[in-house]
Amino acid sequence: MDNLQILFAAPVFSLQLLIDGILIGAVFALAAYGMALVWGVMKIINFAQGEFVILGGFLLYALKEAGLHPFLGVPVAAAALFVIGWVIYRIAIVRVIEKDLFISILATFGIAILLQQLMNQVFGADVQTVEAGLGTWFLMDGQVTVLQIKVVSFFIAMVLGVILALFLKKTRLGQAIRATAQHYRAAQILGVDTDRVYAITFALNAAICGAAGALVSMIWVIQPFMGLAYTIRSFMIVIVAGLGNVIGVALAGLGLGAAENFAGFILGAEFQAAFIFSLLVVILLWRNFRLSLKREYLE
Amino acid sequence: MHRNMKITFLLFAMVAAFGLILAGPAWAKVEGDMITFGAAVSFTGKYSTNGKHTKNGYDLAVKRLNEMGGVEVAGKHYKIEVKYYDDESTPARAGQLADRLIKQDGIKFILGPYGSGPTKGMAPITEKYQVPMVEANGASRALFNKGYRYLFAVLTTSEQYLTASVDLLAEQYLAAGKDPQDAKIAVAVENDPFSMDIRAGILDDAQTHGMRVVIDDKLPKELTDMTVTLTKVKALKPDLLVVSGHSKGAALAVRQTAQMKVDVDMLAITHCEAADVKGKFGADAEYTLCATQWAPTMSYKDEWFGSAGDYAKRFEEEYGYVPPYQAAESSAAVLVYVNAIQRAGSFDKEKVRDAIAATDMETFYGRVDFDDTGKNIAKPMVLRQIQNGEYVPVAPSQFAAEKVIYPRPKWKDR
Repeated sequence: MDNLQILFAAPVFSLQLLIDGILIGAVFALAAYGMALVWGVMKIINFAQGEFVILGGFLLYALKEAGLHPFLGVPVAAAALFVIGWVIYRIAIVRVIEKDLFISILATFGIAILLQQLMNQVFGADVQTVEAGLGTWFLMDGQVTVLQIKVVSFFIAMVLGVILALFLKKTRLGQAIRATAQHYRAAQILGVDTDRVYAITFALNAAICGAAGALVSMIWVIQPFMGLAYTIRSFMIVIVAGLGNVIGVALAGLGLGAAENFAGFILGAEFQAAFIFSLLVVILLWRNFRLSLKREYLE
Repeated sequence: MHRNMKITFLLFAMVAAFGLILAGPAWAKVEGDMITFGAAVSFTGKYSTNGKHTKNGYDLAVKRLNEMGGVEVAGKHYKIEVKYYDDESTPARAGQLADRLIKQDGIKFILGPYGSGPTKGMAPITEKYQVPMVEANGASRALFNKGYRYLFAVLTTSEQYLTASVDLLAEQYLAAGKDPQDAKIAVAVENDPFSMDIRAGILDDAQTHGMRVVIDDKLPKELTDMTVTLTKVKALKPDLLVVSGHSKGAALAVRQTAQMKVDVDMLAITHCEAADVKGKFGADAEYTLCATQWAPTMSYKDEWFGSAGDYAKRFEEEYGYVPPYQAAESSAAVLVYVNAIQRAGSFDKEKVRDAIAATDMETFYGRVDFDDTGKNIAKPMVLRQIQNGEYVPVAPSQFAAEKVIYPRPKWKDR
């Protein structure tokens, strides 16, 4: 508990952990948002989520090498992932979409492995980073550092989230996606081309991941086999926030980022993940308890 | 009709497969004037970059030895070759392939894979068949406390990778007239066997000097961010920060200490070259201490390649890049193996094994002398500091070209 004492003795470090946690949480929330979308609309848990993220990072890396400014590369990476997502839907996902959940988990897991190995072949197994050329802000006499790229990423993630929410609410296509999520048969009867909706939803998710991955490559490092961490985080956030709850996903993402940082500091980095998973169990138990209180009976 | 054809075909296939199994050579693999070594190396998967270095190292040594007339065993000259399989960077696959190399392909001289994990997968198999394995890329000390008789490693084991940095810190303290017992150390290593060995070495060494370890973080395998640990470093201000987590640990440590402007007097890491911290982060990587098994600037020599520098030149001509130590140690493994076969004067596995165990030779990679557990105890680790964009050896002192720059200049003064 020595570490806890540091936080009490010098609260400035708590501020560092909090700011940093919230900023990185936004990037996690972005990937989680895509996962919630696919899960809610298509009833598929996409285990290749993290690989889409990493692929987005590598595309940005390739674009940067080709001379494009990293910030211009973000939309390009997202657009490329949209196409890749569409193709993956047409080849594989379309065959498992209305099957058992287990089948689709296996399928996306397979896609994850395939993407890892393809990235390994194309980009190599080396760790890569993209320099956005931004600096650092110093607060509190240099004790608190805020990376400008993290702040930029935070806003990009938030803006994308808002755009997506508006898209789902206001546009015809967005409404079709929500209708399909509610009841795909009813949507079909009312003339919604659900196959097209599925394809767009999956491609949209890939594009969101691509943008998130582009941000990840500018903040941290990427490597073909790093995807799992992002898949698990997305999964956690969606579990905590529930499906179809944009604000919930955003808040859960930010909260998770901050909680992760504090847990890592106080308990040591090795318990960072353990703490998060324990938190997940507690939240699920609590939810179950709440549900059991308002049990409803069908007459 | 169709069904009959199917059955006939199936039967035929089965007979053919069975025939192949029977026809496979048993304990052959010294055929005519060719000695075949076997190796399972990572061509795909997460170790594929280092797997390539390993293969290039083996191939260069084989090519050089064949150029120089091959191997002389009992008065007859033999050429050598290596049969490769891809272990896909997984220990289990490496184990299966060891079985396949020995049982199916009849190979009785095995060269190691890349990495401690795959080496751990192969060692029980080579042990079972009593086939000697000389490996160059499995540094975990857990490989050498199992009592393996047929496993030999030419490289320095992992607990010694960064201990030189602790000694260096003690030297600096003494030189400044301070008591090393006042020194503080922070350790942040990935939670895997290799890095945990490094941590064990550091903790031992810190204890001998009476230094305090103020941070002891085990980073998760899916390490993506070191902000939390570095915040702790800012709070506790250790003199030395030791980070080990393969390439991503190296990249994160260098990138994030610069981004967060974390001031420590000494930063020591592994995998500088693998992560290309010098190329990627430029000025931000300055003054970082990097552990290395070998460097082209070392003063070692041998009869096959000449000096370490000559080896590097030859390697670069062949493959177009400066050899990382992973390649150099792989070449050294081949030299050691072939030298032992020559001394044994026989292809008998047991005689070759004994000859390997008795090895005491100079190579361009350093001296090789195995202890009873099969690890090379004759070659020290080297610590290089990045100074003005160059890797400069600074420890241990007998190989040091330059003095270490200590403390690292503060970020605000750079």
